[in-house]
Amino acid sequence: MHVFPFVVVAWILVVGLYGIVTSRHLVHQIVCLIVVQSSTYVLLLGVGYRTGAVAPYFFDIPGRTPAVDPVVQALALTDVVVEAAVTALLLAFAVQAHKRFGTLDPQELVQLKG
Amino acid sequence: MNPALAVVTPYTVPAGLMDALQVTVLVLIAAGATAVVVIREPVRQVIALSAYGVLLAVLFLAFQAPDVTLSELTVGSVVLPMLLLLTLAKVRRREK
Amino acid sequence: MTPALRRWIFLAGAAGLVAFYLWGLVGLPGFGDYPGPYGDIINRIAVGQTNATGVVSAVNFEYRGIDTVGEEFILFVAAAGVSVVLRHLRSEREREALDEAREAPPTSDAVRYVALILTGPIVVFGWWLASHAQTSPSGGFQGGVVLTTAFVLIYLAGQFLAFQRISPTDLTEAVEAVGAGGFAAVGVGAVALGLAYLTNFLPLGSTPGGVFSSGTIALISFFVGIEVAAAFVLIVGELVEQTLLVREGTK
Repeated sequence: MHVFPFVVVAWILVVGLYGIVTSRHLVHQIVCLIVVQSSTYVLLLGVGYRTGAVAPYFFDIPGRTPAVDPVVQALALTDVVVEAAVTALLLAFAVQAHKRFGTLDPQELVQLKG
Repeated sequence: MNPALAVVTPYTVPAGLMDALQVTVLVLIAAGATAVVVIREPVRQVIALSAYGVLLAVLFLAFQAPDVTLSELTVGSVVLPMLLLLTLAKVRRREK
Repeated sequence: MTPALRRWIFLAGAAGLVAFYLWGLVGLPGFGDYPGPYGDIINRIAVGQTNATGVVSAVNFEYRGIDTVGEEFILFVAAAGVSVVLRHLRSEREREALDEAREAPPTSDAVRYVALILTGPIVVFGWWLASHAQTSPSGGFQGGVVLTTAFVLIYLAGQFLAFQRISPTDLTEAVEAVGAGGFAAVGVGAVALGLAYLTNFLPLGSTPGGVFSSGTIALISFFVGIEVAAAFVLIVGELVEQTLLVREGTK
C-alpha cells in the first residue's frame, strides 16, 4: 500500500502513451490523451493524502483535525476543468483536418503535404 | 451560540476499510484505463470513457477530495463524452 | 517507419521511463505519510485569516489567486480558439436549423421528460455551488460546469431549436467576457486601493463560513462560475453548429 497508487499512475501513463503511439484514428488518440491526463490527477491527490485524515473543510469539525493537503486539491480541481477545454480545442483541429484532408488516420496525415 | 454551528467530532472510517476501498478502486481504474485504450472503435470508447470518469470520481472521494470529485463527475461523464460524440457525428456525416 | 518498428521503439522508451520513475519512487515518502509543511500550515491558519471554512477554495482564490487567473484565461482562450478554428470554409453553406430539427430521429419520451424536469433543479444547484465557495465543497469551477449541464440537457431532450434560442452567441460571449474581466477587475480593484494585486480587501464578515464572509473569495468564485459556464456553452454550441454545415455539392 505504500507505493501501490504510484505504480498504478505509472501503468496508466504508459498504457495511455501506448494508445497514442499506435492509434489509427484521431479521436481515439484524443481519448488516450485524456487517459494520460487522468494519471496526473491521481498522482497529485496521492501525494497529498494522509492516513486517517479527513477532507479539509472545517465547517463543523474542530480546526485542529488532521486533514489532507488542500493545495494539491486546488491544483487538481482547476486542472480537470481547464484540460477539458483544451481537449475541445484539439477536437476542433480534428474536425478541420477531416474537412481538409478527408481522413482521420494520423499515419496518413503525416504523409500529406500542405 | 447557534446550535447549528456546534462542533462535532468527525467520523473516520477504520483504517483497514479505507485501505481496502482504495486498493479496490485503484485496481478497477488500472483495468478501466486499459479498457479505454484497447477499444479501438471511437463510439464504444466514449462509453468506456464515461464509465472511467465515474470510477475516477469514486477514487477522488476515497482520497478525501470532494471538490475534485464534483468537477470530475460532471466533466468526465457528461461534458467530454458530449464533445466527443458531437465530433464523431460531424465526421460521420461527411463520410456519408 | 513501419508500425511494428514504431511499437518496439516506444516499448524501449517506455521501459526506460518506468525504470527512472521507479528509481525516483524509492526516495519518496510512502503513500499516506504526508510530511510536507505547507498543507498543515494552511489548514491551521486559513480559517482564521480569511473566515472561509472551505480551505480548498481559499487556496484557489486567495493564496494562489494569480494561478487561478492564469487558468481561467486558458479556458477563455481555448473557447475563443474553438470559435476561430471552426470558422466556416468558403465551400460550405449552412442548412436551415429547421431542417436539422426535422431530420433528427425523435427522442424517446422518457429522455425528454427526465431531461426537462431536471433542468430547473440543476440550474439552482449550479448557482448554489458557484456562490458558496467559502462554506462547503463548492466553488466557481464546479458550479460553472454543472450550469453547463443544464444547457446540454435541453439539447439532449431534442429541443435543438430551443437550445439555439436560449444560448445566442452574442449573449454567451458577453457573459463569458464579464466573468473573465470581472475576476481581473477585482484584482485591479485591490491595486486601486493601494494594496497588492488580488489582495482580499472586502470585509471579512463575522462568522467563518457564513454567506457574506471571506471577502473577495465569494465574489471571485461567482465570476469564475459564470465564465466557465459560458465558455463551455460556447464550445458545445460551436460543435453543434458544425453538424449543420453542408458542403457544396452534397445533400
